[in-house]
Amino acid sequence: MMEMFYFHLHLQAMEQDKPWALISEVGGVSQMMEMFCVLPRQAMEQDKPWALISEVGGDCGLLEDHLDIVKHHFQVLCYQDFLQNPELHGPKVQALLMWRYYPEARPALLRMLPSLKVVSSGGAGVDHLDVAFINGLGAKVSNTPGVVSRATADLAMGLLLASARRILEGHRVARDPETRRIPLNLQGADVSGATLGIVGMGDTGFKIAQRGHGFEMDVLYHNRNRRSLEDEQAVGATFCQKLDELLTRSDFVVLAVRLTSETAGLIGTRELELMKPTATLVNISRGQVVDQDALVQALRSGTIRAAALDVTHPEPLPRSGKHSVSQSHVQMTQKNIETDS
Amino acid sequence: MTCLCYLRCVRKLWTPAEASQLLKVVNLHRSVHQLQHKKVMAEEKPWALISEVSEQGYLEEMVDVIKPHFHIINYKDFQQNQQLHGPKIQALLLWNAFPVVEPSLLSLLPSLKVVANGGVGIDHLDVPYINSLGVKVTNTPGVVSNATADIGMALLLASARKVVEGHQVAMDPKITHIPQSLMGVEVSESTLGIIGMGHIGYKIAQRGKGFDMKILYHNRSRRSVEDEQAVGATYCANMDDLLKESDFVMLAVNLTPETTRLIGHRQLSLMKPTATLVNVSRGLVVDQDALVKALQSGTIRAAALDVTYPEPLPRDHPLLGLPNVLITPHVGTHTLATTIKMVQQMVDNAVAAVKGQTAPNEVKPK
Repeated sequence: MMEMFYFHLHLQAMEQDKPWALISEVGGVSQMMEMFCVLPRQAMEQDKPWALISEVGGDCGLLEDHLDIVKHHFQVLCYQDFLQNPELHGPKVQALLMWRYYPEARPALLRMLPSLKVVSSGGAGVDHLDVAFINGLGAKVSNTPGVVSRATADLAMGLLLASARRILEGHRVARDPETRRIPLNLQGADVSGATLGIVGMGDTGFKIAQRGHGFEMDVLYHNRNRRSLEDEQAVGATFCQKLDELLTRSDFVVLAVRLTSETAGLIGTRELELMKPTATLVNISRGQVVDQDALVQALRSGTIRAAALDVTHPEPLPRSGKHSVSQSHVQMTQKNIETDS
Repeated sequence: MTCLCYLRCVRKLWTPAEASQLLKVVNLHRSVHQLQHKKVMAEEKPWALISEVSEQGYLEEMVDVIKPHFHIINYKDFQQNQQLHGPKIQALLLWNAFPVVEPSLLSLLPSLKVVANGGVGIDHLDVPYINSLGVKVTNTPGVVSNATADIGMALLLASARKVVEGHQVAMDPKITHIPQSLMGVEVSESTLGIIGMGHIGYKIAQRGKGFDMKILYHNRSRRSVEDEQAVGATYCANMDDLLKESDFVMLAVNLTPETTRLIGHRQLSLMKPTATLVNVSRGLVVDQDALVKALQSGTIRAAALDVTYPEPLPRDHPLLGLPNVLITPHVGTHTLATTIKMVQQMVDNAVAAVKGQTAPNEVKPK
């Protein structure tokens, strides 16, 4: 009966070209019907497909502020609720919205979602997903490249500068109860005019080059493919066919590659030894791009000056890391997410 | 030349053997004379007064730049015997505003020709008074700009993206999950308002442009159109407009009576509640009490300061306890390369002034 009522309303609207208005419920609407076609919120809701998320809030969940963005298009099912009755809820789920790697797209979970059409991952990296396997189940995988580039490039420069100019130590000294005089021996490394070597010149790498160029840095880059001449000129970048050349010449080596079988362990003992003893390694890719044991050795022995890491493997690290500026994997800012709506 | 004439005379008058013997002596004399000449030259190096060679004063690398041009006496030794040392000193090489240039000190340095400051800021010097004693004042502009602009951007980014907190979380033994509370604010494409568009301010604009930031600036005088276009900067004749529109307000003025307490309660209230104040000028450009209140009440989001008043702050100062304040201990020029360039420029200025020549960076009172 209700369905017929709604259908009738729909036809009326089509005929009369009236705009649609969303109301909370049907009741006392005759006057409104003169002006608008009305469709209760409940019906609208029921049309929306179901999406599985990890949770709202907490360490790994979607932020409350952003839930409205999701709810605009989906009915939302939290993982804990799904687990209450997977047989009931599973078949409804058409989308798995993965935020900060959760809920994990494990085969065991995916098999409980027969209607799944897509695993939509927030972030650019998809190294945590078995894309072939998911595709094999008839579901697509999507990510969010592009929108992450600016904020990631900003953080790369933030880490580079913080390490070079010893911001952490400076802040500590400034606040230390024992500090009585300004120390004059807290010397850092020059950023302006230094050589910046970018490994991986995709969207993020290019933005890092742009920022480095603003600091009058000499920009080198290594990439599977060379960029166009216009691109290179725009940021004053010089292509290094060989990674080794970039490593030997750079004062700051920034890793901006995707994690693949080719880039796993890209920076090991040999590569670190090619770097200048005054050089800094900055990593905003994935922890596994670097051989972490080799890195620890290199830092302890003074093979390189310092490391600044937004990513490690695992995250967080088992409690260690005395020599590096280590940043947790938090390069996405609030505004960046807000503008996504 | 006297030696040569002497040689010719000896050769004419004496037998070869005797001449040969004498020539050996002459050569010895010549060597001695040359040595004496060198010693005189060395002694002719003027004397310079410095604070001390230590972590708090001059690093060894800096002293190596000075030594070829000056005999050095440090302040402690000078104080041991002011009557003896004072009259020798022709240059005061001032680093980190020490020793304090007061009339009482200057009266002990009757031969002083120059107070050569390491650094561009000379707000700690009474230039007219020093000039009235026949002493020049010099500073080191230009060489400090890159490093200072870099620290301004470093502070801006570290504050915006919570680098310090992030590091602390990453290192915290109790952390098992990475919290979402480390959300920062966007730097790219935000609005950077630069107050003071001199050499340093301009370099900051250049760096901000690399982040696609919208650049506003306020200055006593407007820059040329070419300058503005090169960094995409828009002039704000009224500083209030800059304060209202900026996400990051960067102070890059020098400290003068006009810029003292330039940023006070009213100016902070005009800023966005999401805005960050970054100061690489001097502590006194900001009314620190007003700043504390603004940070405590959320009038502005955060502050990042390389400079305070005094330096360092008293250990119980409220700024040290606020979670949304990042402070560095005046490290704006603290890279070895920049430090050496500054010392070189300071020495060049002092050498010229002592010789009575025009110093490249003499500070003239307005």
